[in-house]
Amino acid sequence: MTDLRHFTGFRPLTVLCLFILYAPLVIVAVYSFNESTSITRWGGFSLKWYVDVFTGPEAPKFRDAAINSFTIAIGAATCATLIATAAAVAMTRAGRFRGKLASLALINLPLMVPEIVTAVASLVFFITIGLTTGLLTIFLAHVVFCIPFAYLPISARMQSVPDVYEQAAMDLYATPWEAFRLILLPLMAPGILSGFLLAFIISLDDFLITNFVKGAGVETLPTAIFGSVKQGIKPNIMAISTLLLGVSVVCVTLSWLIGRAGQKR
Amino acid sequence: MAGAAPQGASAGSDIYRGNGPRLLLPVWLWVGIFLVAPVLIMAVYSVLTKEFRGGVIWDFTLAAYDQFFLDRGLFGDEPPRIEWTYIGIFWRSIWQAGLATVLCLLIGFPTAWFIATRPARVRSVWLFLITIPYWVNLLIRTVSMKFLIRDTGPLNEFLLWAGIIDTPLALVNTNFAVQLGLFYSYLPFMVLPIYAAVERYDFSLSEAAADLYADSWTTLRLIILPVVKPGIVAGCILVFVPSLGAFLAPELLGGAKTFMIGSLIEEQFKGAAGNWPFGAAASMILLSIVMAVLLLHARAQTKGDRT
Repeated sequence: MTDLRHFTGFRPLTVLCLFILYAPLVIVAVYSFNESTSITRWGGFSLKWYVDVFTGPEAPKFRDAAINSFTIAIGAATCATLIATAAAVAMTRAGRFRGKLASLALINLPLMVPEIVTAVASLVFFITIGLTTGLLTIFLAHVVFCIPFAYLPISARMQSVPDVYEQAAMDLYATPWEAFRLILLPLMAPGILSGFLLAFIISLDDFLITNFVKGAGVETLPTAIFGSVKQGIKPNIMAISTLLLGVSVVCVTLSWLIGRAGQKR
Repeated sequence: MAGAAPQGASAGSDIYRGNGPRLLLPVWLWVGIFLVAPVLIMAVYSVLTKEFRGGVIWDFTLAAYDQFFLDRGLFGDEPPRIEWTYIGIFWRSIWQAGLATVLCLLIGFPTAWFIATRPARVRSVWLFLITIPYWVNLLIRTVSMKFLIRDTGPLNEFLLWAGIIDTPLALVNTNFAVQLGLFYSYLPFMVLPIYAAVERYDFSLSEAAADLYADSWTTLRLIILPVVKPGIVAGCILVFVPSLGAFLAPELLGGAKTFMIGSLIEEQFKGAAGNWPFGAAASMILLSIVMAVLLLHARAQTKGDRT
């Protein structure tokens, strides 16, 4: 009896797929520890480019960009998580009502509009209403595309938590708000945290929209990296890229572990 | 906590009945004000007159669309002919996005299938490995690819060392590099939806086919592919749509000859040479193409549901 799940050649293709996805990242991470100033010759292991990122001539620029990036990412992810949690309660626990399908389309709309179009539209919008482009406009634009990413794990989690606990609480005269706050919210915590982390990474990573609405003189890490890379890939850029890569990997891993722990309990 | 409560799926729960609209108000306001309204304003910009140092004059004109589609000569007094420059850029972008989609499918489907058919415990690790690049900064991934394929980069060093080539391959600033960049950027987007579809695939269908003497490739073609088609289509859309408006891959890996829609639009908003109404018009045309693809998909899906 042959294995119906088996197709010759699928395993090597999978390995190839992972190789393609990881090879460039691994190589850049390895070369960021290169002693040599020439970015292609290997001159031994060294942390000097990491030291350069924090203390070198470009350190103040990177520090400001990092502060901007993290401030915006925390703010946008928090705001998007609150909005997405409210939306998830409405979509999974408020029965039928008018406009439900349209709301789902609206939540996912930021994923469907091409990023370049969102970027252009945001720019002309902020200029039309007379809002000076800067940190505030980056934040406002980031919340929009963070919402669907926060919504996904939160609504998935809410669907898997049965509402019997809240019903029991309400039988004991809890108000809907108390049932939500004391029962649903603690049960939902892993989903909300996953949603927050994913929204956080998405905001931290955004280049295109940020580049349009950031205004002159304001930089986030991706826009600062893009500006540097246009003149050629320097070793300190590889170091800072590797650090940012590390932040993304940690956030995704945390989100994944939280999600798994939540399922097991 | 009961992970698999029998009546667990509380999708139809209505314990907060009557609060739906109120809870959705923040989403409607935020996405409405900061996405829907901006797109509408952009639509208005596309029919305004351009200001020379960037910006617009509030006078209605179809000049931006006219410039996109028609060539009226240097002084605008010749009989209009079709202007192929911008249509050509759009056409090449569509072609490259399409090719990236096909390439992603060729690698993505076997990968998704392989992962979905692993035993449950290793499966989640494989899946996690595919998910990580999905969340890694696209800029960093594109820069990494550029580093890898540079003239003096590790790829060329390796090929020279292995004796496969004698002179370094000039890959950067070619169409090939852009194509590779698009494929590399959106490959995880293809794997995940196909994986979700294969995971739900009922293997008794394959058993039935095998009982009727179908070999495994016949089963793949006649049974499996039609059943997991929704996942494949979703994956293709998730690759095609962002590839079409891609900015980073053509900008960093390509040169002047590999101009795509994203760079064309961006250029209109940068510096004094920009033309905002034209950029807005090009964005509207791109948005129309994407919405047409999504509508076709939605129509096909609802039709599929009914049969």
